[in-house]
Amino acid sequence: MPPERLLPDRQPSYVASWIYVFGALTIGALVVVIASGVILALKGPTWWHDTGVGHFFNSIHLWSVELFFFAMVVHLWGKFFMAAWRGGRARTWASGALTFLIAVGAAFTGYLSQQNFDSQWISTQAKDAMNSVGIGAFFNVTNFGQMYSYHVLLLTLAVVILVAAHVLLVRRHGVVPPLPLAQMRGSEHQLAGPDAGGVSRPPAEGGPGDELGGMRRPPPAGGDPEPPGSEPPWREGRDS
Amino acid sequence: MTNAQRNEAARRWDGPYRPYDLIKEVVIATVVVAAIAVLMAVLLSSPDAKPSTIASWSRRRPVDFLATATAELDGTSDTAGYGPPYDHGSRGQHIAFIYLQEWLGVDHPINTAFDYVIDPLRSIPDDPALHSAISDYLVAPHAQQQRWATAYAAALEEAKVAGGTVSVASGSYGPVAPMMSALLGLAQSGGVDGALLTSRQFYQTDYTKPLLFLADGSELADRAESEHLLGTQWGMMNETGSYPGQVWLWLYTFWYQIEPFKSSPNADALVMLIMGVLSLAFILIPFIPGVRDIPRAIPIYRLIWREHYRAQREGGEGEAGGGPAPGPEVSPRS
Repeated sequence: MPPERLLPDRQPSYVASWIYVFGALTIGALVVVIASGVILALKGPTWWHDTGVGHFFNSIHLWSVELFFFAMVVHLWGKFFMAAWRGGRARTWASGALTFLIAVGAAFTGYLSQQNFDSQWISTQAKDAMNSVGIGAFFNVTNFGQMYSYHVLLLTLAVVILVAAHVLLVRRHGVVPPLPLAQMRGSEHQLAGPDAGGVSRPPAEGGPGDELGGMRRPPPAGGDPEPPGSEPPWREGRDS
Repeated sequence: MTNAQRNEAARRWDGPYRPYDLIKEVVIATVVVAAIAVLMAVLLSSPDAKPSTIASWSRRRPVDFLATATAELDGTSDTAGYGPPYDHGSRGQHIAFIYLQEWLGVDHPINTAFDYVIDPLRSIPDDPALHSAISDYLVAPHAQQQRWATAYAAALEEAKVAGGTVSVASGSYGPVAPMMSALLGLAQSGGVDGALLTSRQFYQTDYTKPLLFLADGSELADRAESEHLLGTQWGMMNETGSYPGQVWLWLYTFWYQIEPFKSSPNADALVMLIMGVLSLAFILIPFIPGVRDIPRAIPIYRLIWREHYRAQREGGEGEAGGGPAPGPEVSPRS
């Protein structure tokens, strides 16, 4: 996707509900989570136990994580009830769902890295689940050093990469249009094209947007309304 | 409308657009979240319950400590019988013929008798009587070791505690009694905490041994129960104090509240399997017939897009994904 297309300056008119705000709120919360986490990491894992300032930043970290999950869950439920995977947007949905699952792991390793009674209890309980399916052999929840590495680097980096990929997919495919009211319980998602394992789409007729499964607009009868070099309107999107 | 047409309808938008600034929205969202988080931090702070140590445990509950240590010595503790990845005490949990716990092997070996009792006692210098007792224990036949430990464990049930020391009735405990007495003194001084973190490296971050030792006793479980953290209390999603915990784990902990998982010896493996399948299904919802139809059955989308539908009814906008025929041409800059 060309850089000039990364930032939209307009959206389809149906993108006019508070539910659309929760995607941006999730990103905003992630920014606060990472910023507070970086401050905690700069001073080391025991700092927040010993100083009021450290405890304050730990509190910000905790509450921003709670807000992050709240916003993300509302966002996910909203997208579910929009059937937002329609029209070749299955990868957008899958990247969002995977982000949620990886974020659960990132938060879990954060709880294990607290170095307090909570960490002791959670690790000694969670080890049974990990060990029961063999994961404990290489993911030892009672090893603070290992869990701290997963928390501050590996899983956090995975979340950031997945969020970036998710946003790019949203930009590429656009915001899913509303479900048609006239249509009763149907199965157009079954036709979500190759992305969703449905029937193949008809031959491309709209340029690269079609190959990419983006929101495509048929050529207008009266000529191209877009000024030369401007961004095609059907490529807009801020959410899946 | 054919399937292909419906698919195409969900790819395009024939109606008007409105101005939008992504950067502005994300900046505002970040500022709002930061403000709320700071406010919550100021008003509510965050929990930080002090960790238990073996020293605090042995001081607070010396009898429980000694009973646990005796179980570690004679191989009857939870850790001693746990199985992989710590030891070969059992095959571990399984699902049907799948023994992943066993197949992945013993990756963090723990010999409970030596790691938790013998080796810490050997670290005590200048105590010939203690070292003689350790030798006597080690050279004794296994059956004799078991008899001493069993008798001592039974005597602990009637033990008397005074000033942090434990006294038991006279009995045939052999060298176990002086060993345990020395171990209690070492633990109360903090020596066992240090001994269990000793490794070939100066630095240490692996707390597996002390945590499993603590978990074999009742110190952690009793504290957890008072904080509503037990599995039977939906503890996985709770937090110490009155703070919200990992609420997003509600479904995971739900399974532990119902049969057959509640009483199954393989509950952890079964719940992990279920959650693994559900997680995969969550990612693949767009491909699962029935589940992907739910949004149409529950008309929450009417609420989400109510403004759009109202405008559509009033004829103010083009058809939104309603079919292959393009709606009225609208300026993309509108």
